[in-house]
Amino acid sequence: MSDHESTYVPKTGIEKWLDSRLPIVRFGADYMSLPTPKNLNYWWTFGGILALCLVVQIATGIILAMHYVPNTELAFASVERIMRDVNGGDIIRYTHANGASMFFIAVYLHMLRGLYYGSYKAPREMIWIVGCVIFFLMIATAFLGYVLPWGQMSFWGAEVITNLIGAIPLVGEPILIWLRGGPAIDNATLNRFFSLHYLLPFVIAGCVVLHLWALHHAGQNNPVGILIPKDRTAKDTVPFHPYFTVKDGFAIVLFLILFAIFVFFMPNALGHADNYIPANPLQTPAHIVPEWYMLPFYAILRAIPDKFLGVVAMFSAIGVLFILPWLDTSKVRSMRYRPAMRTFFVIFVLVGIGLGWCGAQLPDSPVVPGMPSFQLADGMLNSYLWLNRLLTFYYFLFFIVLMPLVGLRETPRPIPATISEPVLPGGGDAMTSAAPASPEKKG
Amino acid sequence: MILKTNIQSMKKTLVLIALAAGLSLAAQPALASGGAKHPHSGGFSFEGPFGTFDQGQLQRGYKVYREVCSSCHSMNLMHFRTLAEPGGPFYEEGQVNPAENRFVKALAAELQVPDIDSETGEPIMRDAVAADKFPSPYPNATAAAAGNGGAAPPDLSVMAKARHDGADYIYSLLSGYRAAPAGLEIRPGQHYNPYMAGDLTPFWKGQGHVPEGGFIAMPPPLRNGQVTYDDGSAQTVDQYAKDVAAFIAWASDPKQVQRKQSGMGVLIFLFLFAGLTYVSYRRIWKGVAH
Repeated sequence: MSDHESTYVPKTGIEKWLDSRLPIVRFGADYMSLPTPKNLNYWWTFGGILALCLVVQIATGIILAMHYVPNTELAFASVERIMRDVNGGDIIRYTHANGASMFFIAVYLHMLRGLYYGSYKAPREMIWIVGCVIFFLMIATAFLGYVLPWGQMSFWGAEVITNLIGAIPLVGEPILIWLRGGPAIDNATLNRFFSLHYLLPFVIAGCVVLHLWALHHAGQNNPVGILIPKDRTAKDTVPFHPYFTVKDGFAIVLFLILFAIFVFFMPNALGHADNYIPANPLQTPAHIVPEWYMLPFYAILRAIPDKFLGVVAMFSAIGVLFILPWLDTSKVRSMRYRPAMRTFFVIFVLVGIGLGWCGAQLPDSPVVPGMPSFQLADGMLNSYLWLNRLLTFYYFLFFIVLMPLVGLRETPRPIPATISEPVLPGGGDAMTSAAPASPEKKG
Repeated sequence: MILKTNIQSMKKTLVLIALAAGLSLAAQPALASGGAKHPHSGGFSFEGPFGTFDQGQLQRGYKVYREVCSSCHSMNLMHFRTLAEPGGPFYEEGQVNPAENRFVKALAAELQVPDIDSETGEPIMRDAVAADKFPSPYPNATAAAAGNGGAAPPDLSVMAKARHDGADYIYSLLSGYRAAPAGLEIRPGQHYNPYMAGDLTPFWKGQGHVPEGGFIAMPPPLRNGQVTYDDGSAQTVDQYAKDVAAFIAWASDPKQVQRKQSGMGVLIFLFLFAGLTYVSYRRIWKGVAH
């Protein structure tokens, strides 16, 4: 699809003038007419949904920044003032706060889609890697943003997370002080967090441009996972507009319904009540937990008894995603044709949810209350600590062992020769497909 | 067949959205309510997507706050004018400006707030106006703590958002004081409340299970007949607790009812728009096997 011919013809005088100087209209028109695999399912709509999330966060964020005061004495009250005295301020602020959660729901589904359909495999490695950079920046931005209202969880979350840096041997302590702008979390910390929280979304926007550039150069993956041969382009693709603008549009409206239910009817359901208590450095909350979207990584951090190694594990959990294209040895992209890997994938999704669950629990609490248990190393076997360790083990096993091994050992199902095959009358399932192709040739 | 595929994939999308919502709810951090009794419902009128505040209840709640709570608890984020905003306790049909509301002006004028004399610069006390914040009972946090055995009474402006179960919790806590179970050691300046978070294990010398609840520094604040209601409502601790909980729930998020009403419009629009988009989608994709 990289050799997509431009079909744009400038009509008016100004378009012709502009086209020979800055062909921006041509760029947009080519974008809209891009041949897109016609079999993309609804899992492919999250890209558009994420673009919308970023725009919503930036638009609401800019308005919030007009009224927010980054000062430890005033921040909490300024956020409440936005919700009480600024026109539409309650809706803007709740949209921004819940928008972060919506953003992460969409990004997790988007990433799982990429994982399932092998969208990270050649020639799309750079799309995936830039996506991982975006995900990492999103986590950083969300963390910085959560500090700004200066509630109890803001403060103590910042305390816990910045302390992790201090766990790095030798250089940790100076970096920690440099990061906080002083020996403790205070006004200097809040000011720099605000500044960075405003900066990073634009870095994300820049990465999104790279993500899309790479996507349109390498071409979109599709549920069947095969590259579309040149002579099949006319039969197997449709122009992006109107076919996918309308399909993405429909999915976006459904997503907005979910978004609106949270913003208008349960705006604080995804937050922690303690963050409506103004930050108090002298009073530690009974239970410090991050926002739900960070919980799986928080769980991995706590699975390791050593603080520094825990930090290493937590960052490795994201880092391993960057090398995923080279860990996967399979020649087949889509897990639709990889039954063994599909099972491991389903377990992986459940493990991810399980890690999120563990991240919200106290490590010493029993998983099954009342069940007899025994001490194993530093904790009871029937405790979230050990469940957490088990799940963390699978998380890394999935990427580091299963990805390379299953790819070499499995026998994939026959994959269709074209993406039209599975949907044509009589074609149906790939298993009964008339012309099964060997994965070696088509991968 | 294509239709079927579409419906199937749409179903999948809906299931997926529901799953996502479920996941995020399931991932709710367990609250540190160490063995506290679960609050019981106050049956409030403002609950649910269509719920609205009962203005009479908000007025009674303000009276309870004013006459009882405000002697120790501040509400630093509240202005008198807010009381007359649409949906508020003293909003009047046809009022020009909340700050000009006759009830609010009168209520503000009952109180004195510190100010600086504009001629001499001397600190003075003057009558409050609608634009003023609710005055604090203590000049600063240290004074508040010193006057209450070391624990400053928390500000109540956003209390319903700052506690799990919001108004139900406030109602249950205020009306839930009872005699400590025999065998519980009560420290001086502490009171037993089954709805308070905490862990009573170190103080339990009795038989059987450790009782639910925790210690609270606030003595039972409400007595039957303490506040006079002129609308015929019951002058009981239960009613006072319910009314003041409703008032605090309103004060914590004064725009919640208007927001829910806008939300209904937004949802109706989105559902119609979703229908239109889906019909367009079916029409555009007609004849394309996919």
